[in-house]
Amino acid sequence: MERIVNAIVIEKLTKTYASGWLGRPPFVALSGLSLTVERGEIFGFLGPNGAGKTTTLKILLGLVRATSGTAMLLGKPAGDVETRRKVGFLPESPYFYDYLTAEEFLGFYGQLAGLTRTEIAPRISALLELVGLVDARSRQLRKFSKGMLQRIGLAQALIHDPELVILDEPMTGLDPVGRKQVRDLILSLRDRGKTVFFSTHILPDVEMICDRVGVVMKGRLLASGRVEDLLRQGHTQSVEIVCQDFNAEESATVRSYATRILQQGRQCLVVLPNADLVDTLVTEIRQRGGRLLSVTPHKASLEDLFFPSPRHTTSDVPTAVLSGRPN
Amino acid sequence: MAAIGVIALNTFRESLRDKILYNLLLFAGLLIGLSVLLADLSIMEHHKIVADMGLAAINLTGVIIAMFVGISLVNKEIDRRTVYTIMARPISRTCFILGKYAGLSLTLFVNVAIMLAVFLLTLWLYHVPIGLAIFQAVGLIFVELLVVTAIALFFSTFSSSMLSAILTLGMYVIGHLTTDLKSIAGKSPSETANMIMNGLYYLSPNLEAFNIKGQAAMGISVGSDYLALASLYGFAYAAVLVTGACLVFQRRDF
Repeated sequence: MERIVNAIVIEKLTKTYASGWLGRPPFVALSGLSLTVERGEIFGFLGPNGAGKTTTLKILLGLVRATSGTAMLLGKPAGDVETRRKVGFLPESPYFYDYLTAEEFLGFYGQLAGLTRTEIAPRISALLELVGLVDARSRQLRKFSKGMLQRIGLAQALIHDPELVILDEPMTGLDPVGRKQVRDLILSLRDRGKTVFFSTHILPDVEMICDRVGVVMKGRLLASGRVEDLLRQGHTQSVEIVCQDFNAEESATVRSYATRILQQGRQCLVVLPNADLVDTLVTEIRQRGGRLLSVTPHKASLEDLFFPSPRHTTSDVPTAVLSGRPN
Repeated sequence: MAAIGVIALNTFRESLRDKILYNLLLFAGLLIGLSVLLADLSIMEHHKIVADMGLAAINLTGVIIAMFVGISLVNKEIDRRTVYTIMARPISRTCFILGKYAGLSLTLFVNVAIMLAVFLLTLWLYHVPIGLAIFQAVGLIFVELLVVTAIALFFSTFSSSMLSAILTLGMYVIGHLTTDLKSIAGKSPSETANMIMNGLYYLSPNLEAFNIKGQAAMGISVGSDYLALASLYGFAYAAVLVTGACLVFQRRDF
């Protein structure tokens, strides 16, 4: 039997929502999106709100039909009913049948996945343990907090031990402890050979756990690849240099290329826009009798690379404590 | 097929845990009880008033449940996005609709059975003769409820809750006036009015076919051939609507 290498293959996917009866222009949610998710990897699907992440996920699960293009899940066209037996899904901000208890809820989804009652019972216990809801086993979901709902949602996505797990914003609504639990859970899934495809707009989570990422914006794929490769592409790295007995403000040369200068007592912080200028500054410091204390390259994050905002274009040094020079 | 059963049972469980349903049943019980009071106040046909009002209470409560629960069956799933996780499972959209319909039909069956039990108890306490006609009338009320549920389900697959409620209510009213529509069509001088009335007559369900409450209250039963034909008509009409609902639901984006 041929082994399917890719868990998800999306090619030139387009989704256009028709205009309303008021004659508004059609809304293009996806525009020729192509990406591939390999088996056994954690793939982060990044983008700001409204970028088209959820629409892509909905097309993969057959909840929405694509206007054009193709999407394949585990070698079968998206929407294939039988393929869904091998897929687990957690929607964004899930709302579940709140009249069910946690146990009934997982039992219901297990039955829908085609499991027998004898198969379901041990799975329920194991999953409640995994997501830390053993004590809430007999509690109705209407009495669950948002974080608990997110965790029981994860449990329902895993009840049938799927090969591919699709999660839409799984960290939303969770406190730091909950987010760590979800990150650990995702990593443990990969360790067990599962493929995890999840969308998020929280970039640090992605940088921490993803093998590869795809960055989507306005329905188009901006970039796709390994996190470190993408970070290497960036040329926005800055370098922070701390020195002593050197007043950078007094040097017209330093002022001409430094991004920020902060003088505090004998110490001075100079932020350079790139690493090429480090040698020049170090030479200048030595020539003027100063002493070099530290050189810290400021690595650009995915957020800096793909979603730049005034907050992120400079170093993390608070503006309020920085001296004089404008950007 | 198993998935239909799972969804049906979950729909049934949902309604069992819904307080509104118990309120409606209480309302039906009060109406049935009120029939005794009204019968005491009237000077003649005590038995008929008790039977008539009891059957009307079962019918009215059943229609309210069928209409409003039927409308919310699909809309609530979409509004609350529970449909996302259901549709992400290995079940077809047709199975989902059939499961929902089966679940509500089971809910209606249990509710009608409970109301019938209260009604029979009332008849027995009031020494009203309990004949076959009473069971026939309640049976056809149940068939009518299956049709009303199918109407509500059909409309709710492509319109909002409010619009579905208006359309279902409209269809229910028209369904009880179909013979009048036919006679209006015959008498109207306007060709357009004739066409509209005739169109409505043939498209709308003839819900009066299921109404044998009047004669049942007087203890007059209908023939088994009428009962079979009316039931068959109701099942066929509901089947067409549920098929339509499945076809519309197949094409929907969530």
